[in-house]
Amino acid sequence: MTALLEVRDVSVVFDGFRALDGVNFTVDHGELRFLIGPNGAGKTTLIDIITGLTKPTTGTVSFDGSVINGKREHQRVRLGIGRTFQTSVVFEELTVLENLDLAASFRRPLVSLLARRKGVTEKVAQALETTQLTDLAGRKAGVLSHGQRQWLEIGMLIAQGPRLLLLDEPVAGMSADERARTGELLTEIAKDHTVIVIEHDMDFLRRYASTVTVLHEGKLLIEGSVDEVRADPRVQEVYLGRAREEAAHDVVS
Amino acid sequence: MTATLEKPPVTEAPVKEPRDWRGPALFALVAVIGLVVMPLVLEPFRLGLLAKYLTYAIVALGIGLAWGQGGMLTLGQGVFFGLGGYAMGMHLKLNDAGDGLPDFMVWSGVETLPALWEPFRNPVFAIAMVVVVPGAVAWLLGTLVFRQRVRGAYFAILTQALAAAMVILLVGQQGLTGGTNGLTNFFEFFGQDVAADSTQRGLYFTVAIVLGILFIAAWQLQRSRFGRLLLAVRDGEDRVRFLGYNPATVKTITFTLSAVMAGIAGALFVPVVGIISPALLGVVPSLELVVAVAVGGRFALAGAVLGAVLMGYAKTYFSEELPDAWLYLQGALFILVIGLAPKGIIGFLRRKDVAA
Repeated sequence: MTALLEVRDVSVVFDGFRALDGVNFTVDHGELRFLIGPNGAGKTTLIDIITGLTKPTTGTVSFDGSVINGKREHQRVRLGIGRTFQTSVVFEELTVLENLDLAASFRRPLVSLLARRKGVTEKVAQALETTQLTDLAGRKAGVLSHGQRQWLEIGMLIAQGPRLLLLDEPVAGMSADERARTGELLTEIAKDHTVIVIEHDMDFLRRYASTVTVLHEGKLLIEGSVDEVRADPRVQEVYLGRAREEAAHDVVS
Repeated sequence: MTATLEKPPVTEAPVKEPRDWRGPALFALVAVIGLVVMPLVLEPFRLGLLAKYLTYAIVALGIGLAWGQGGMLTLGQGVFFGLGGYAMGMHLKLNDAGDGLPDFMVWSGVETLPALWEPFRNPVFAIAMVVVVPGAVAWLLGTLVFRQRVRGAYFAILTQALAAAMVILLVGQQGLTGGTNGLTNFFEFFGQDVAADSTQRGLYFTVAIVLGILFIAAWQLQRSRFGRLLLAVRDGEDRVRFLGYNPATVKTITFTLSAVMAGIAGALFVPVVGIISPALLGVVPSLELVVAVAVGGRFALAGAVLGAVLMGYAKTYFSEELPDAWLYLQGALFILVIGLAPKGIIGFLRRKDVAA
């Protein structure tokens, strides 16, 4: 069986700066993969390559066995690749329910969009429930807190029904409680989805990660279980080289 | 399925979506005023003016849809207004001329009817072109530019340039288009004397009803999933791509609809006012309508219509009373609205409504 996602020899050059340098990255069906690395390692660039926001200078991206390099962003969503952003971008003028409904409706024929939404579809109801946003369904997304926005984003992703979910720092800026809830949400989603998560937070990683990929300066440094990665001297060096105390706390403890 | 059937108390109770009757009630009130009160109260000349403002309101409705809902600042709606207007004007001219040539062609020394004109003899063809030509031009433009992610100020400038180009094109083709004078001196409108009070009265009702129908259509569109999607495109086009939609398609459709509205407005304008000329569809009239929409309130369709009618009245009033002041007043009003009430008059009224 082929892997769900296969990134092969991908390099990205922005104005002479190599954001990614010959990266090979494979994710199998059903995996929960964490992507870590210091700032500027190329994590978000890799996600951008997979979702079509950035075009690779060289290399190929294959999804479910076929090369998708030429596909535009919305076409990749239609193939089943969904993502969230580091800074959540929900539609503030629309209600929580409308945000979710829009995310769930993209496979409808355009003409049917001319009809008004009537009630709540099953998919949307499920997303509301999973993210526990049911009580806020009728509120405009603009009034949500930071954490709630991130959950709404994740909810929109669930409502899309993608086969591969890419989450870019879903717990950044969240309180401890919110982190815990997001972690549960994540494990819940990972049960029946293939998920790639970018995350800095080592605590979070230790608790929820299975396989971890470490990027450093645009290159793939190591891939393995959390323990393997933590024990690897190169990883320690990468983090230690940047900020000794912080990294010591994060990685060695 | 059973899972959702059990859910209604959970999902529907907190999702308060009551039917708001104030909108439809207000619409009905305005319809009564427009269709009953105004024709009774206003003398023919004033009713004709109102009919003219209502044709502008149709253009404004389209601007409200494209700009207010879709974020496409279109500064060249005059182009589509003109295309619709000329299509209608050409038919009326040919109808008046009978077997001969339209008067301005004779004066320009044109001896045979240009091939472009011939099909406009047929009223059905002419009316179809009122919709088809503006729609096709907008569709083509939208397809070309929105795919390339041309937006914001660049799109605005592009549409304005289109309006300027249209004027140059029309003025340059004296024998074909009537040049600067445009098409005027119409006598008959579908078998009736176009200048007769009864014809003008009928035209007023036609314009009002067409506006009403288009308003309801736009209102429905706004409330549909497509309308929600349009708002999403306005507020976060790049995010919409990651929801699996192509924003270029959404924008092209909306822009085309707004152009069709402007085309219909132009076609109605011709018999109501009796002329279509480059001065009526260039950069300035196009901008004036955008200002009117901003003043009325661009985020609400009703605001666009209100703005067009109010600015129409204001323009007439001040042009009659203080001819020199109007331009300054218009500018000042625009600045005031943008500065103090960015949501326009409607936004201002609604704010009070919420506070009360």
